[in-house]
Amino acid sequence: MNYFPDEVIEHVFDFVTSHKDRNSISLVCKSWFKIERYSRQNVFIGNCYSISPERLLRRFPCFKSLTLKGKPHFADFNLVPHGWGGFVQPWIEALARSRVGLEELRLKRMVVTDEGLELLSRSFVNFKSLVLVSCEGFSTDGLASIASNCRHLRDLDLQENEIDDHRGQWLSCFPETYTSLVTLNFACLEGETNLVALERLVARSPNLRSLKLNRAVPLDALARLMACAPQIVDLGVGSYEDEQDSESCLKLQAAIRKYTSLRSLSGFLEAAPHCLSAFHPVCHNLTSLNLSYAAEIHGSHLIKLIEHCKKLQRLWILDSIGDKGLEVVASTCKELQELRVFPTDLHGGGNTAVTEDGLVAISAGCPKLHSILYFCQQMTNAALITVARNCPNFIRFRLCILEPHKPDHVTSQPLDEGFGAIVQACKNLKRLSVSGLLTDQVFLYIGMFATQLEMLSIAFAGDTDKGMLYVLNGCKKMRKLEIRDSPFGDAALLADVNKYETMRSLWMSSCEVTLGGCKRLARKAPWLNVEIINENDNNRMEENGYEGRQKVDKLYLYRTVVGTRVDAPPFVWIL
Amino acid sequence: MAYEEVINELNLKDTELRLGLPGTDEQAEVSCVKSNKRQFHQSNDEHNLKEEYPPPPAKTQIVGWPPVRSNRKNNNKSVSYVKVSMDGAPYLRKIDLKMYKNYHELLKALENMFKFTIGEYSEREGYKGSGFVPTYEDKDGDWMLVGDVPWDMFSSSCQKLRIMKRSEAPAF
Repeated sequence: MNYFPDEVIEHVFDFVTSHKDRNSISLVCKSWFKIERYSRQNVFIGNCYSISPERLLRRFPCFKSLTLKGKPHFADFNLVPHGWGGFVQPWIEALARSRVGLEELRLKRMVVTDEGLELLSRSFVNFKSLVLVSCEGFSTDGLASIASNCRHLRDLDLQENEIDDHRGQWLSCFPETYTSLVTLNFACLEGETNLVALERLVARSPNLRSLKLNRAVPLDALARLMACAPQIVDLGVGSYEDEQDSESCLKLQAAIRKYTSLRSLSGFLEAAPHCLSAFHPVCHNLTSLNLSYAAEIHGSHLIKLIEHCKKLQRLWILDSIGDKGLEVVASTCKELQELRVFPTDLHGGGNTAVTEDGLVAISAGCPKLHSILYFCQQMTNAALITVARNCPNFIRFRLCILEPHKPDHVTSQPLDEGFGAIVQACKNLKRLSVSGLLTDQVFLYIGMFATQLEMLSIAFAGDTDKGMLYVLNGCKKMRKLEIRDSPFGDAALLADVNKYETMRSLWMSSCEVTLGGCKRLARKAPWLNVEIINENDNNRMEENGYEGRQKVDKLYLYRTVVGTRVDAPPFVWIL
Repeated sequence: MAYEEVINELNLKDTELRLGLPGTDEQAEVSCVKSNKRQFHQSNDEHNLKEEYPPPPAKTQIVGWPPVRSNRKNNNKSVSYVKVSMDGAPYLRKIDLKMYKNYHELLKALENMFKFTIGEYSEREGYKGSGFVPTYEDKDGDWMLVGDVPWDMFSSSCQKLRIMKRSEAPAF
């Protein structure tokens, strides 16, 4: 390769798109490092505080797409207080000042502002794609800026964000001459939409492939929208209450019959029970179905729909489908790769919607299954052992038994053996979430067998520091470890400080870690940011003599090349 | 000897002081909330646990548990609002079924809302004594008479309410 001119090497590198592979390429030699950095198009930054925008621009001056992630995963469940951080503003400002021709920005769990969106919309002439996942801090005014100023916008994809909806006219801010829309997802907006503007936008967007509506788009509007966009591949239905509006129903059915390209269906945020049947004609082509927000649809109607979906690869559903429904999935959806079953009753009310039987049925019937997220009331070791035998190909296995510390409901034993079977059989397991009654033994199994594991979520599990040590010592590929309400303390935290240099981050909340232990860690590892999040006892943390033994409520540590961040709020103490 | 026989027959287990839900023989399982005291894991002694920490109430809410995003939690809550229509009324109303604990409270609220009276319910003959009959649409799409099934079953399956004029409801 040394005898090829740089342009040839660069051309070869163009075929390498995964950022992990590009990182590896850049380590081969100085020449490759240089060629790679000038040609990298897509930059991925898993923790926005691990590096600064200035250093990013110094290394990669020519990128077109930036992906940034902010808050830790447990922020999704309200464990990270408001104001903690993850502000995208400094990044947008730095990029705007530079000469980067940004075309795509993908943010996850970050704080975005209207000013930031306005600056973004004005600074990059070729900006094409904005994807915001689980972000907050902005309103529909920010969306109006994007609509008004981004002449070449292709994708506006808003997934599960908290957006202040001013019920304004942001949709009518797209100029009449603008026709390049490919993706429009505003399902997470709570307020009224300008339906006329929406219809005109959809009608003049021949390239529109993905349209996801919010709950304020009623049935008659949906029928009209669908009629003028039969090329749609991915549809998110908003409100779907079919009142005695037979004309709209007929229009909808007529429109659906033309939807030969439809592959993905979601939404039904407000849905009358017996409305799904209108979609039966297109079910045989569906590869992705997300009914996890359709709380008002009874299990029997879900089952009738799924019976038509023989090509389904991805299914997100509520546990109201029941074990019987999962058996139907198992016998119908032979191409299924990813399944998520969400809980309807969040407080373990007792009506056992799905149990270990549903999970076993799925594992037996769906040979291609590799990713699962399963919320249930009860589980047994025997079931997990059977699942492991049926499905050794799991890449992601996330099981959430709703009641903490719940044992095998038949034998009353901990679920160590069941999860042990999973990690032993699934040699490619990259992500694991455990739950139920678990002792240190399960972590011994994880450390021993889960050699490819990159992300592990632990809640209410384990007995002693040994549990956490088994994981830290055994899982060589661990990147993200998040632990809550488990009895792991300073001994485990401090055993191998260098381990954290190989990981992106560690989260520990309501564990046995003390302030003294965290301080010792921070001293030993200056290349880590060790953050203590303490909302309640700010003053007590300072008391002399006692502070060393004070238990830390929330600890979040991550490797970084830019030291302590300057935007931390008062309740975050960086050691 | 006689004394011992008496003691055995008395079944002193009934009078034994123990911590646990009434009617359970087994050790009650500590089902949730890890308290800040954290003494349980340091001593790791189940016997101590039983004496120091009584089992918490069955549905204690823990912060951030289950691990479900808040927008999903909010979605489930909205299920309890149902539309109420009344024959002859110009517009529909919406009520939150979770606000009521039984049929009596619900019917009283409906009477107040629409300014009418409902009449006496009996299993055999439905509602007698007024010109109106309360009906509801269940999850299967069938129209049922309000009051036949237990309240909990009704409130979880009711999708819509319709107060029908008796003249339009011969079956009831």
